[in-house]
Amino acid sequence: MPQDDGAIMDKIFTKPESLRDVTTHYCPGCTHGTVHRMIAEVLDELQLRERTVGVAPVGCAVLAYNYFNCDFVEAAHGRAPAMATGIKRSSPELIVFTYQGDGDLASIGISEIIHAANRGEKFTVVFVNNAIYGMTGGQMAPTTMPCQITTTTPKGRDVNAVGYPMRMAELLSTLRTPSFVVRTAVHTTRGIIKTKEYLRQAFTYQKENKCFTFVEILSVCPTNWGLSPMKSAEWVEKNMVPYYPMKVFKTPNLE
Amino acid sequence: MAKQLMKGNEAIAEAAIQADALNYFCYPITPQTEIAEYLAKRMPEVGGVFLQAESEVAASNMVYGAACTGKRAFTTSSSPGISLMQEAMSYIAATELPAVIVNIMRCGPGLGGILPAQADYFQATKGGGHGDYHALVLAPSTIQEAADLMMDAFDLADKYRSPVMLVGDGMIGQMMEPVEFKPRQAKTKVNKDWAVTGCKGRAPRILTSLYLDPNEMEKVNERLTAKYAQMKREDVRFEVTACENDCEVLLVAYGTMARICKSVMAALADEKHKIGLFRPITLFPFPEVALEKAATQAKKILVVEMSCGQMLEDVERVVGKGKEIHFYGRTGGNVPTPEEIIKKIHVILSEAKNPAKRS
Repeated sequence: MPQDDGAIMDKIFTKPESLRDVTTHYCPGCTHGTVHRMIAEVLDELQLRERTVGVAPVGCAVLAYNYFNCDFVEAAHGRAPAMATGIKRSSPELIVFTYQGDGDLASIGISEIIHAANRGEKFTVVFVNNAIYGMTGGQMAPTTMPCQITTTTPKGRDVNAVGYPMRMAELLSTLRTPSFVVRTAVHTTRGIIKTKEYLRQAFTYQKENKCFTFVEILSVCPTNWGLSPMKSAEWVEKNMVPYYPMKVFKTPNLE
Repeated sequence: MAKQLMKGNEAIAEAAIQADALNYFCYPITPQTEIAEYLAKRMPEVGGVFLQAESEVAASNMVYGAACTGKRAFTTSSSPGISLMQEAMSYIAATELPAVIVNIMRCGPGLGGILPAQADYFQATKGGGHGDYHALVLAPSTIQEAADLMMDAFDLADKYRSPVMLVGDGMIGQMMEPVEFKPRQAKTKVNKDWAVTGCKGRAPRILTSLYLDPNEMEKVNERLTAKYAQMKREDVRFEVTACENDCEVLLVAYGTMARICKSVMAALADEKHKIGLFRPITLFPFPEVALEKAATQAKKILVVEMSCGQMLEDVERVVGKGKEIHFYGRTGGNVPTPEEIIKKIHVILSEAKNPAKRS
């Protein structure tokens, strides 16, 4: 690095203004931090931070409000889309997003997400799918893969007993109303870049008051999967991606 | 505004609009659905939000969300639906947000029936959801009072940053009476410096009810407890009728039952019996001091409810063991008639010295 000789140097990488300068509670190798950062970068780039209200879930991201540098509220388990509906309907000038895990969104909150989507609520849902309950210590989620071992499926998920994993992006895209539904992943660099692109699109549509926007993000849980971060990324690619295809299910432009 | 003949449910709905409560989320349930139907037409006229949710769970969490933005928000339901709203009410209480919930009570438990009851007293006054909290609970006995209290409910919710519940039985919802929407006093601007409105020009705000540190959680509990003590000091409401020194029987009843008790009093006046009435208007905070004082003037007490005896427990708690306390209740949607209550009073009066405290 050259010594400062008075020339102006461009800062090319910095913490987004929409993130706070605090220590994370997420486990090593967890991708919540990555997703947080992508959202924060998008809020910065679209200059939305000062009019944004985030809705935190119950799950590992319950403390998301400690990391985002914008107004935030904490929902009851699964109710984030209902709460976001109340916020957005009463204050349409706000940018509202929910941040939800698979237990929160696909299990206890499935009614709230389906109806919010079907009403075409004009907020953004960030759905982080890592196929397991993280915060409570690794139980089966609706998105847990067949034969995947969790603390409540000690012999692996038995699809004869509890059915197959739920594909939320597919399910929501069968509804006529919601018009931006995508699935992406953050276990690869390319996936991270794509994720940010989709988040930017989602928040842009919201900014334009266009439609309900849903971004499902395949994610990892090294701690509860019992795998290293690198092995976890491989596990997503090998086990989740074939079952949960990464694609744009619906966009307003396709209609 | 001139008096108009209105159904209780419609009067409650219009009262909310008159109180500038323009964010309403609902789910249909008998016997209060007219509130939703009225507001489905009325809210768009005043630029408010009307939204039929997918469930009472969602409706109440929408109220929770709207309340976070500092806007006046409310929902209405009836007993089984109110059970589903207890989750959001607990969060609203813990997050310290103003919100109004109306319960037009029907008989239960379970799916019960659609007829009037006062069977949700415990749920309304003792918290209802999980954790250490209360809602301030208002119980009107006329349609006019329902309208007045509905408007007051929003002021009280703002004052205490707390859920406020208006409880009426099915009769309050379905009955028609003349009602006048009185002009509201110029409101003092409530400072809502906690609301999430976007952080432009200020530090971000967080509204949560999660406290993992035991001392922080305890501080919240202490703050809520102090709030309930303030409610007891400043906002207890009740009505005492004909409770003088020689009161033979003091009736204690709220809502529609109190009106029926007034008919009883009128009927017994001809018989020269001295019957008084104590009517709690706030069920929480319960008018403890006033009831204790009224009870000292009366020889015997008769609690009348459309339940198996729920407010009865508060009356016993307040009045203590030194006084005969009797109870008369009907359930299942049956409403105690004046004749039944008079018969009960005659039995009580005929017992020179009642060996049992309760009958």
